[in-house]
Amino acid sequence: MSTFILLTVTGLGLGAMYFLIASGLSLIYGLMGVLNFAHGAFLTVGAYAAWETSTHVGGGQGTKLLVGALAGLAAGTLLAALVELLLIRPLYRRPIEQVLVTVGLALVLGALVEAIWGFDARQFPVPSWLIDTTTIFGANIPNDRFLEIATATLVLIGLTAFLRYTRYGLIIRAGVENRAMVTALGIDVRRAFTLVFALGGLAAALAGVLSGVYFGAVDPGRGTSLLIFAFIVVVIGGFGSIGGTAVSAVVVGLIQQYANYYASSGLGDLAVVLLLAVVLLLKPEGLSPRVAH
Amino acid sequence: MALISVKDLHVYLGESHVLQGISFEVPEGGVTALLGRNGVGKTTTLRAMLGLVPRRGSVSLAGEELNRLPTHSIVRLGIGYVPEDRDVFAGLTVDENLRLAERNGNPRYELVYELFPELKTRGGQKAGTLSGGQQQMVAIARALLNDNPVLLVDEPTKGLAPLLVTEVAAALERAAELATVLLVEQNLAVVARVAQQVVVLDGGRVVHTGGAKELLGDPERIRALLGVHGGSA
Repeated sequence: MSTFILLTVTGLGLGAMYFLIASGLSLIYGLMGVLNFAHGAFLTVGAYAAWETSTHVGGGQGTKLLVGALAGLAAGTLLAALVELLLIRPLYRRPIEQVLVTVGLALVLGALVEAIWGFDARQFPVPSWLIDTTTIFGANIPNDRFLEIATATLVLIGLTAFLRYTRYGLIIRAGVENRAMVTALGIDVRRAFTLVFALGGLAAALAGVLSGVYFGAVDPGRGTSLLIFAFIVVVIGGFGSIGGTAVSAVVVGLIQQYANYYASSGLGDLAVVLLLAVVLLLKPEGLSPRVAH
Repeated sequence: MALISVKDLHVYLGESHVLQGISFEVPEGGVTALLGRNGVGKTTTLRAMLGLVPRRGSVSLAGEELNRLPTHSIVRLGIGYVPEDRDVFAGLTVDENLRLAERNGNPRYELVYELFPELKTRGGQKAGTLSGGQQQMVAIARALLNDNPVLLVDEPTKGLAPLLVTEVAAALERAAELATVLLVEQNLAVVARVAQQVVVLDGGRVVHTGGAKELLGDPERIRALLGVHGGSA
């Protein structure tokens, strides 16, 4: 029983990170039709900006993590907004080139990170209370899992409220359905594009910081490895659907953990790919329709 | 004096030369109907005027050239658009569809609810669950919500029951009191009721312009231009 609880909470923690990356990816594709292969780079840059800043901050690990995280989030948000404004916007009517630009950007940013900080993993500032465990029904669960789950839950609530109750949220929800009609109502949808990219960058950077806490370190390949699962989460959840993405992220995180333990170590990734195949066969549009909610 | 002037407008969609240099003018006030058989470019004309499809040529509104402006800027000059097939946002409620269309601090909800009282009672309902007629009401209401001097309305009675056609025609008449309307319409009875001018397209070209009464009173000409006997084009 305790093992099952540990696997479940760990799976939820992993799912929380997948959700943070996939939510931005899903909204960007849903609204703009851009498959953003550079999204993992936003995560990596956010994580490294957090780590770099933390090395220049005095005080305990908690202070380092907090200040580093703020810097990481700012870096991820700013980078994503600049990418949209400078690279994606000039190519609005050229979707193939947009995808190619994001692929190229992912390669360039990955190489830049390696050039600046090297190939080796860097130890992330993690306060001891996050490394400590809490015992629930006999399972000793690392406290960072709760941080990841709580953060993703807050982001889900915040994003849902933003989409439901703000003017820009309304524009994004409408734009995911029919972008041309939104412009035909006199709305400059380009601002919403930049905003969605910035929000996606923010969430990805947050995932970068939390992945640093989860794994205890950052490395240049982190963004790419998590991005693959984020893509799977988005396809299963349905492009443009925040609710579908959240459900999908939890399912993928849990299946990965359960399969790795109860079947065989390493089978988790295969189980996720099998799940993707089943969903594509039975429900090609994903669990949730193409509506931002 | 013409409020809208279209000159030598060309549109290519893929390999197809859909609009082959059409030119016409829409006078200020009243309803000008854009007629023609299926596939002659009526919808494309409206979409090209709004910049929703790539086009070449000139479209001006009250002397201001529109072709260099993005769609949202063209619309903000004061053009309301009711697209073919309504294009309501299915996942949004009726209220949200209307709120999205607000462009200034003075939306005309009184007018909209006077014309379509049903929209008030169905405000919280998802637009995707409305009937075709109710969705058409939402689409027209979105265009009427702002003080637009021009309305581009694309087949508003398409697929509607006769009773709803009458209701939509009444709304168009009311709209024409407030704005200049360029109307794409297949139902010639509706055209006869609301339009003063007609522009007829065929094969991507303008083949006739003139008064609505003159054309609709000439069955031979209707048959020649529109390929129908009357009632619908």
